[in-house]
Amino acid sequence: MSALLEINDLHVSVDHHEILKGIDLQINAGEVHSIMGPNGSGKSTLAQVLARRDAYEVTSGEVLFNGKDLLAMKPEEAAWEGVFMAFQYPVEIPGISNVYFLLSALNAVRRARGLDEMTSMEFLPIFREKLALLEMDDKLMNRSINEGFSGGEKKRNEILQMAVLEPRLAILDETDSGLDIDALRTVAHGVNAMRGADRAMVVVTHYQRLLTYIVPDYVHVLVDGRIVRSGGAELALELEETGYGSMETNTSAA
Amino acid sequence: MTTATQAQHRYLESFNEFEQVAAGQELPWLRELRRRAFARFCEVGFPTTHDEDWRFTDVSAISNTAFRPLRDSQSGVSSLQLEPWRVEGADCQLVFVNGYFAPELSVLNELSENVTVTSLAQELSRNPRSIERHLGRYIDLHRDGFSALNTAFAEDGAYVHVPRGVIVEEPIYLLFVSAPNGLPVMSHPRTLIVAEEDSQATFVEEYVSLGLEPAFCNAVTELVAADNSVLSHYRIEREQASTFNISTLRIQQGRSANVASHSVLLGGSLLRNNVHPVLAGEGSECLINGLFLGSDRQHIDNYMLVEHASPHCSSRQFYNGILDDHAHGVFHGRIIVHKDAQKTDAKQTNRNLLLSDDAQIDTKPQLEIHADDVKCTHGATIGQIDEEALFYLRSRGIGEVSARKLLLLAFAGECLVRMKETAVREHVETLVNQYVLRFAIPNAQNGRPVEAIVKAS
Repeated sequence: MSALLEINDLHVSVDHHEILKGIDLQINAGEVHSIMGPNGSGKSTLAQVLARRDAYEVTSGEVLFNGKDLLAMKPEEAAWEGVFMAFQYPVEIPGISNVYFLLSALNAVRRARGLDEMTSMEFLPIFREKLALLEMDDKLMNRSINEGFSGGEKKRNEILQMAVLEPRLAILDETDSGLDIDALRTVAHGVNAMRGADRAMVVVTHYQRLLTYIVPDYVHVLVDGRIVRSGGAELALELEETGYGSMETNTSAA
Repeated sequence: MTTATQAQHRYLESFNEFEQVAAGQELPWLRELRRRAFARFCEVGFPTTHDEDWRFTDVSAISNTAFRPLRDSQSGVSSLQLEPWRVEGADCQLVFVNGYFAPELSVLNELSENVTVTSLAQELSRNPRSIERHLGRYIDLHRDGFSALNTAFAEDGAYVHVPRGVIVEEPIYLLFVSAPNGLPVMSHPRTLIVAEEDSQATFVEEYVSLGLEPAFCNAVTELVAADNSVLSHYRIEREQASTFNISTLRIQQGRSANVASHSVLLGGSLLRNNVHPVLAGEGSECLINGLFLGSDRQHIDNYMLVEHASPHCSSRQFYNGILDDHAHGVFHGRIIVHKDAQKTDAKQTNRNLLLSDDAQIDTKPQLEIHADDVKCTHGATIGQIDEEALFYLRSRGIGEVSARKLLLLAFAGECLVRMKETAVREHVETLVNQYVLRFAIPNAQNGRPVEAIVKAS
């Protein structure tokens, strides 16, 4: 069986400055991978490239998603194929209500997958179920997208969108940063509820804390644009003890 | 002869013919008013860009075209041709063709008690005294040649009278159709709306054109809002690219009168939208809300003149513009606070989205404050579509054109939510939805058929 996501020797630059310097990674359906690394190591760049943000220049390498060339896709096409990124900084968009946005997105994805569009009546029960999962107030849903939301509400809203869109690959870009422990638990609970044999997840984080709630199958350490170590969940604990500094030394030594 | 004198000669010829036969020509006061206005027009002519109030707007395309009035109200327009502009469920839609009332094309069901909805010409023949009390009393003929020209040719348009204490639930729709009949046609619709004390009503003026020949519509509306009245006035422009439209709304507000002016400018080649409220009575309030969408080589000039003439009045100006291609927008927001207008609270905001490198906006606040205890603020923004927001929507599966459309509708929506009358707002929403699509298509894709792009997204 081929991997759901296959990244081969990926090099990425921003303004002629190389950020990712040759990433190789294989992720199978059903697995949860964590990518950890210090600030500026390129973890967010990797997440953004996978979500097809066009601010980055891929200078070489390839990314196959489900056997298809992900780097040739527009952001919406990647979403139709089943790629989802929870934003580190969710965007506030005045004038478009959350619930309208969610249903529009869901129907865009359903259309692309050859499914019938859902009416708001059909959507409502599903929506209520997902709201309950994330312990979100439905009053927020008639407000504009993320407008006036607290940091925790924004992050929950990201996971809510993920729960509604049911992606095949979910990338969480520092979803834990800035969350208090209650919000962190709720978000982790929402994520764990979505783990499944058909779905892969990439949890990008700076801190080990989130990984006690979302226990990954694999941990990769990214330093200066390269994966310097890969291992199981225990690698995160080791990092907690030793910090990223030792990893850098290790690589330069190796 | 120079072009300018040729133009004046043409207008003189038209005027001489007109004033012999125009409705109300037997009324000395009206003859006097028309002559005075025409003399004023001859004196000042059309404005030029040397005129501070017209700095950004060149009207030579109007002065250089041989427009003639067409006094035949039928002009071969059939009810079928007006189908696209019928408002579903409207109890009252008066239709004016080239400025003249067309009763057989109009819908006029019974309105509330004693409300008069008719044409200016009819009222002039039936009850000229009601017109004499107000017509030309508010408009300043010295402001510009266009108002003078309209007054010189003032004969028909709508006349509405809402008696004291009457609340008119249904909006009153006025449809102005420019229908050039082979030759460039001009019209000077003159509307007079008088709402007495404690009354409440909503008026919707809609400007459209048939055919592709040049047309010039030079409209003036005088809106008299007596003490404690609550009025909403909408101006919707969706004319052809061959039409020039100069519109002036002059609002006279009494004590505690509350007036909202909403402008929605979508079509036309050159538009000038003058809104001039005078807050003459203490404690009156005015909302001046507008949305303009310009593409191709459209020129849309919004000239606001808000006069605070009494204490404790408030005015709010909100104009949002979206400009693409080579479109040129202007927002000129002038606020005058007279000496005795203490405790004035005036606010002005103009927000613009420019979607192409060649689109242009000139935005200019101008505050003249002669009182010492006032609150006046103004602000303007010029920006592009928010790329972050666009990526966010697209990353959730919403196609690029749809995502751009959503963001543009959200921007336009800031103006739509201020429209309190649900039926009218929904009508405007439908229109804006149709118009905004062409703005949602990224410029890189210009030239491709719209349908193909929409399908692909």
